[in-house]
Amino acid sequence: MIGEGIKSTNQRKHSYVQDRVEVGFFTDPSVCIGCKACEVACKEWNQVPDDGFTWSGNSYDNTGHLGASTWRHVMFLEQDRHKGNQVAGPMSLGDGEDPFRWVFLSDVCKHCEEAGCLEACPTGSIVRTEVGSVLVQNDVCNGCGYCVVSCPFGVIDRRPEPLPDAGGAFKCTFCYDRQKSGLVPACAKVCPTESIVFGRLDDLRARGAERVQQLQQSGYSDAQLYDPTETSVRGIHAFFLILGEPEAYGLPPKPQVPTIYLKSAWTAAFATAIASIIAALAAFAFFS
Amino acid sequence: MTSEKRLEELREQAWKEGGVPGKGVDVAGGPIPRKPGYYGQAVVKPPVWTWEIPLYFFFGGLAGMSAVIASGSILFHHVDLARVAMWIAASGGAVISPVLLIMDLGRPHLFLNMLRVFKHRSAMSMGAWILSAFGACVVPGLIALELHTHQIFPGLFDQFLRIAAGIFIFGSAIFGTLLATYTGVLIGATAIPAWFLHRTLLPIHFGTAGLGSAAGLLELLGHRIAALNFLGYYAAVVETVLLIWLSINKHGAADRAIHEHGSGWLIRIGEILTGPLSLVLRFFGLVPIAAISFLLGSLVSRFGWIAVGKISGSDPESVFAAERY
Repeated sequence: MIGEGIKSTNQRKHSYVQDRVEVGFFTDPSVCIGCKACEVACKEWNQVPDDGFTWSGNSYDNTGHLGASTWRHVMFLEQDRHKGNQVAGPMSLGDGEDPFRWVFLSDVCKHCEEAGCLEACPTGSIVRTEVGSVLVQNDVCNGCGYCVVSCPFGVIDRRPEPLPDAGGAFKCTFCYDRQKSGLVPACAKVCPTESIVFGRLDDLRARGAERVQQLQQSGYSDAQLYDPTETSVRGIHAFFLILGEPEAYGLPPKPQVPTIYLKSAWTAAFATAIASIIAALAAFAFFS
Repeated sequence: MTSEKRLEELREQAWKEGGVPGKGVDVAGGPIPRKPGYYGQAVVKPPVWTWEIPLYFFFGGLAGMSAVIASGSILFHHVDLARVAMWIAASGGAVISPVLLIMDLGRPHLFLNMLRVFKHRSAMSMGAWILSAFGACVVPGLIALELHTHQIFPGLFDQFLRIAAGIFIFGSAIFGTLLATYTGVLIGATAIPAWFLHRTLLPIHFGTAGLGSAAGLLELLGHRIAALNFLGYYAAVVETVLLIWLSINKHGAADRAIHEHGSGWLIRIGEILTGPLSLVLRFFGLVPIAAISFLLGSLVSRFGWIAVGKISGSDPESVFAAERY
């Protein structure tokens, strides 16, 4: 926490990988200032190439979305709603009530409990690490692209030519390399307001619940945690506090891991296979 | 960027009319998004696959189901038909399909990593193994069949070849049906709304389209026999039923990519060519034209389903709508 100095879980050295402790990110937009230091730190540490310099016109967000070369993405939401007990001031346009709020949220790979990309990967390139994060082993990935359509959050993507290491699938590594050496992921380390908190998952979940309560008491009636534990994803390691509905952040309200669709699809496939064999045998038995 | 152009337009309008009415400006949904979602950004990622994959779906289905026809015809002593069917199965399943799949990989030189693990919960992994098993059956099956028909080796070894050909052709029929149908599972078990909402239809459609294409191609190659005509009828009837099912089983915004846009037209054209049109053509005895119609339709609808995935995956509203089901 802010004020704890080097004792903060965002700053102190740890041995989570060696101790096999489940870790997570808790991202809190109510203290985010939209500085994008997390995006920069991520790119710097992981040597992620730039993915173009285009002006989107969507608030201050020129990053757009997570992808093969964007592993942290600060969202800028402009909403015509009150932020907590905020009162629209005299600068307000129109007559009377003209509420407006600006919300920043740093999006990242969710590191699902049941990860669609991990289940889908046919090469075994995507693995679960000791700390519970989902990691793409880049030297194994052959770029089949199946993880791209299997992620319910649209995080992982195949890196296009002519970027370095093109053809492989990339996403947030949870700074596994840093964590192995007892360091904190680059984005959390650099976050000036500790909007991104890194730590033990159970600690963070308790802390998130506490923060929601605190915010609701101070007037943020629409504050809630985004952690889909009720769906087949069964919870995420990088969870968020959000103000308002998940849809506004481009987060699916009820994400499902696509493996739940396998049973009905394979049943139809086997039925078709058997029907085709019977049809072929019947054709030659009765019509020749 | 379009948004910059819009800004220019707004400045011009403000200059001419002394102001722009309304608060907020809807530039592609912003600055204050009026539609659910984040500035119209995709929630899930659309597939990165290009033309190789739909073409692979077509050839994989054709080859797999050719092997089924080969095993049926060899059981009932149509050796010439079995030979042609096995040639189609081997060239489609052991040459064209792997080449297309490897071409589509982001890193083609690592294609062998597909066989590093066996994951029954990954349709892509299962597909890689099914294709390998099919290739491992269909090539020796074809060689044994050809050696046996040409009587290259006399005596006991020829008897051995005959049995081997039978076993391998039967094996390729088993893996062939899976090769033709697993592709439906592959795209059905994903996070793309228009795909997973039709996960039971897709394997039926892909498998049946494969069977009809195989029968049609054999007919075009001169094997105008009643058995193949029956299979053509069977496939066209199933495809017609699927067309009806697809037009009844609508999910509103969640699968609108199937019914709207260019992708909707591809699906519709494909289904009409394989279903009602080839049924009618067959009924009037225009078998070669019906075969061409079916082949064309099953090719078009494969491209249609990939196009549907691209559009549905880029459409945030379809993801939100699908999660209500």
